[in-house]
Amino acid sequence: MKFKLGLSSLAAVMAIVLLVSGCTPKDENKGTETGESSGAASSKVFRMNISTEPPTLDPAQSQDQVSFTVLNGLYEGLTRKDENGQNVPGIAEKWDISEDGKTYTFHLRTDAKWSNGDPVTAGDFEFAWKRALDPELKPEPSAYAYQLYYIVNAESYNTGKGATADQVGVKATDDHTLVVNLNSPTPYFLSLMSFQTFFPVHKSVKDNEAWAANASTIISNGPFKMGDWKKNTSIKIVPNDNYYAKDQVKLAGVEFYEVADSATELSMYQTDQLDWAGKPTGEIPADQLEGLKSSKPDEFNQKGIASLYYYLFNTTEKPFNNEKIRKAFSMAISRKDITEKVTRAGELPAYGVVPPGIAGEKEEYRKEIPDTFFEENYDDAKKLLADGMAEEGVTKLPAIKLTFNTNDNHKKIAEAIAEMWRKNLGVEVSIENQEWGVFLENRNKLNYQVARGGWGADYNDPMTYIDLFTSKSGNNNTGFANKEYDDLVAKAYASTDAKERMSLMSQAEKLLIDTRAIMPIYYYSDVFLEKKGFKGIFIDYKGDIDYTRGYYEG
Amino acid sequence: MIRYLLKKLFYMVVSLFVLASATFFLMKAIPGNPFMSEKEIPKAIRAMLEAKYGLDKPLWSQYLTYLNNLIHLDLGMSMKQQYTTVSSIIGTGFLYSLQLGIFAIILSVTAGVVLGIIAALNHRKFLDTFTIFLAVLGVSVPNFVVASALQYFLGVKLRWFDVAGLNDITDYVMPTIALAVLPAAFIARLTRSSMLEVLTADYIKTARAKGMSGRIILFRHALRNAILPVVTYIGPMTANIITGSVIVEQIFGIGGLGKFFVNSITNRDYTLIMGLTLFYAVILMLARFLTDIAYAFIDPRIKLNSRKEG
Repeated sequence: MKFKLGLSSLAAVMAIVLLVSGCTPKDENKGTETGESSGAASSKVFRMNISTEPPTLDPAQSQDQVSFTVLNGLYEGLTRKDENGQNVPGIAEKWDISEDGKTYTFHLRTDAKWSNGDPVTAGDFEFAWKRALDPELKPEPSAYAYQLYYIVNAESYNTGKGATADQVGVKATDDHTLVVNLNSPTPYFLSLMSFQTFFPVHKSVKDNEAWAANASTIISNGPFKMGDWKKNTSIKIVPNDNYYAKDQVKLAGVEFYEVADSATELSMYQTDQLDWAGKPTGEIPADQLEGLKSSKPDEFNQKGIASLYYYLFNTTEKPFNNEKIRKAFSMAISRKDITEKVTRAGELPAYGVVPPGIAGEKEEYRKEIPDTFFEENYDDAKKLLADGMAEEGVTKLPAIKLTFNTNDNHKKIAEAIAEMWRKNLGVEVSIENQEWGVFLENRNKLNYQVARGGWGADYNDPMTYIDLFTSKSGNNNTGFANKEYDDLVAKAYASTDAKERMSLMSQAEKLLIDTRAIMPIYYYSDVFLEKKGFKGIFIDYKGDIDYTRGYYEG
Repeated sequence: MIRYLLKKLFYMVVSLFVLASATFFLMKAIPGNPFMSEKEIPKAIRAMLEAKYGLDKPLWSQYLTYLNNLIHLDLGMSMKQQYTTVSSIIGTGFLYSLQLGIFAIILSVTAGVVLGIIAALNHRKFLDTFTIFLAVLGVSVPNFVVASALQYFLGVKLRWFDVAGLNDITDYVMPTIALAVLPAAFIARLTRSSMLEVLTADYIKTARAKGMSGRIILFRHALRNAILPVVTYIGPMTANIITGSVIVEQIFGIGGLGKFFVNSITNRDYTLIMGLTLFYAVILMLARFLTDIAYAFIDPRIKLNSRKEG
């Protein structure tokens, strides 16, 4: 049999392969330049990954970092935060705080405009806040409405316990004056003004339930406005010509990609499809960290953020109902080894609850009150364990189960800690990963022995960590209920004196650590890659990215 | 024939009902809910949210509401993506998966058939061994490995293609190849073996004896018969490619349907889980259904209604 089909046909197959897909090598930097730049300093689009479609772009509904990352460019609250976490004027030019710390009067700038040209008024803020509290809000009541509960009658209106919208303590007395009445003096209230739930929304939204799902109906008041929104693929925001400080906005736009795979994200960065990779809304594969640190030293960045990684003990069950046993476990690990050999992303060993970066009375809280509450010591730990077991009347500790939600990093840490406990305390430890939802439910129902926890700041004050462990906190999850602790927190709530507040909160922190309901492990650090030339883009104290005043200097 | 089709359709509806019910109860049996978060929301707000979605009602009542909506073809709103209906998520996501799938099917059939013919014609020679080697490789290497390798070499190293996204036609190259490798390898082997069988058949020998040219024998007589098994394989393959592109889509950052299938479960986005499960089920069932019908048309020896044969 002789058929003329050989190597030449193989080549034909290859040709078809390429034809089907229409292959042409392409420009590396495609899409970076904007085209509008007319000679002036090259204006660039900043491209970053947000991993997933934002669940919502409605400030009232938003409760996650991805939404916030986009919203922070679109909207501006009464204040903004600078790189050091200080509150600087935003839509409000200045503000007065009453003697008792319960009344805030904001004076709004007169030149602030919405992206459609309408003026931004105090009424827009009143409308937006009451809207977020509205129990009938569409499509669903705001899950984050409780961020507004500092305001008089806000909780009562939101939960339908009597107060009407008119009774909520926020009032626009004229177009440029907003008066806010609080339940109790809240020293960190100003820092909340740059938080998404406190952003204004344009009044037109009340006529269109689905406004936030559509680029064309999102009217914003911040440095940027909506550009092209490719659902589930990317979102682009472009400078808002009506923004009052538009000359400070130098980027030609920001493009957010929604790529879920961390290896792909890194490849995109390496091939100039992204200008920023990694935290806060992306991820760099953990096994690549070391290599990147040495291969891209100018682009590799680490920034400590105000977040705590910790383990919770179930204090309602044996053996961790015993304080000495809890103490022994938390002293028998080497936090330094974990941050330097396991996680290796610049985390700091934690011996307290409040991370660095959170403001104290005059400077950082952690600088004023160092977290020298205890030291790791394996011999003391063994002794404490023996004492604790004697108190409980047991001679041998049952096997301990350590639970965490499925994640490579959590797994490595759990393995390391389990090994340290085995070695240093001679106890049997097993580790178990659980799917996120299952894990949360088990932890919430105290159906665990030792579990992993993480907590990021909501606002710039130690209270965001301290009141987590009061007996009525929904996030306590340890069964820890201490009257003295609750009293200290209650006193701090009511105090208007900064010094006294800090002292009360530090006493509470010490009490919490002394009784060791939780075992702090490390303070988080954000690792990211940023292309050379981009300036003025930063990660703030709590780990949110601020690109609004970024620029490119090539 | 019609009777057979109706019977098939009836079984499809029954299977869908069973599937929908099983998924519903399994899904509700997983701990957690759509509103869970590391930062627990206050109970009062959570109660409002649950009431809003009817999650505060007893399970049987939720089930009945769900079935009722389903009968009216209403898949509801996503509980995580605000103001987005489940149908629109499926619509936009499926468009990507379908586009990629069609490209991958065209590529795998073309490449597979051609390679199969080459191998058969060069039986026991180098090209045969080589093609079979490629085919074994293609069948054994999972598509995410192919995808990562393509991305690394063609995207990162050679910079021929963008590593992710679907912005212009060149962006389809790598995901299409990644998806096509396995089915192409399978088709190549299928074509080769049936080609070998056909080529030794008597009617081919007759044709050769009559002095017909090799090309005419090959395309007019041999290929027609040899292609039959490939055609029947296309049905299930289509369904597999379209529903199985999850990981390839994730690697190339494509907003296809696959990622929602995983994410909806992690998020306990109940409406989306149900919608997607049913959608995938329908696709698979339709593919099988069409294959069954195709059998009858391609090969007259197969009778759909076996009872008539007695």
